Amino acid sequence: MGDFLSMLGDFWEVARFPLGGLACLAGGLLCIVSAIGVLRFPDFYTRMHAASITETAGTGFLLIGMALMAPNWLVLVKLLCIFIFLFLTNPTSSHALVNAAHVAGLQPRIGPVGAANREDEA
Amino acid sequence: MAYFLGLLAALVAFWLGNSGEYKPLMLGFGGASVLLTMILAYRLDIIDREGAPYVRLPQLMKYYPWLAVEVAKSNWVVIRACLRADLDITPTLAKIKTIGKTDLARVTFGNSITMTPGTVTVEIDGDKLLVHGLYESNTEPEGFLEMDKRCAAACDPKEGHT
Repeated sequence: MGDFLSMLGDFWEVARFPLGGLACLAGGLLCIVSAIGVLRFPDFYTRMHAASITETAGTGFLLIGMALMAPNWLVLVKLLCIFIFLFLTNPTSSHALVNAAHVAGLQPRIGPVGAANREDEA
Repeated sequence: MAYFLGLLAALVAFWLGNSGEYKPLMLGFGGASVLLTMILAYRLDIIDREGAPYVRLPQLMKYYPWLAVEVAKSNWVVIRACLRADLDITPTLAKIKTIGKTDLARVTFGNSITMTPGTVTVEIDGDKLLVHGLYESNTEPEGFLEMDKRCAAACDPKEGHT
């Protein structure tokens, strides 16, 4: 049993770097997807939705990847702190931005956009 | 007293996790800084429900995994919307009524809506939320009922005790 556990530990030591690398790669790709969304969407409010992919999935995968590759538990604790602070501040800052736009009187574009709207030949 | 102990435990854990030095001198500095923070928090009178919200942590821990699954699901929807060859979004504004009683429940609900991609809380006024969504189908008030219920269960005090 002890042999099996130590083998499992060795396997984890080997496996965690490729796994972490894959997670970081996925996070980076999601950030690129979100940037594409920001460029394509028509107005400020819809662009906020595209940016929220970076905030949730992008940073989530990047932090998971870094946690898998962390050399010791102190780094892990710091990554956890970063995660908690991002988790608490991201929605707050998004809301502050959108609320400021709303209060300033920026009208959101309502109704179908693009292929769903025939008058929209863009 | 529970708030006091909660804040103390959180500060000690935060210091130990960030330092990694266990020489007596460093531990002494850590203890002194924790003590100073506690004294300042006491003088500022912020050792209360908002300053040390750890009492509600077990309930919140039940809520967050569910929220994570919701975030992942709606992420997929928005990623597809970003990469589709033809844009087919229908931005919508919707008014949502929340059943949350306390400020904490309402803030958690609004933050959860903002956190899930595809919906953003634009304004909170009393128990009414103005939500901007990327698709008409995911801003229907019925879609938020379960999230609202879970937020209220996680944050609101139970009936008859605070």
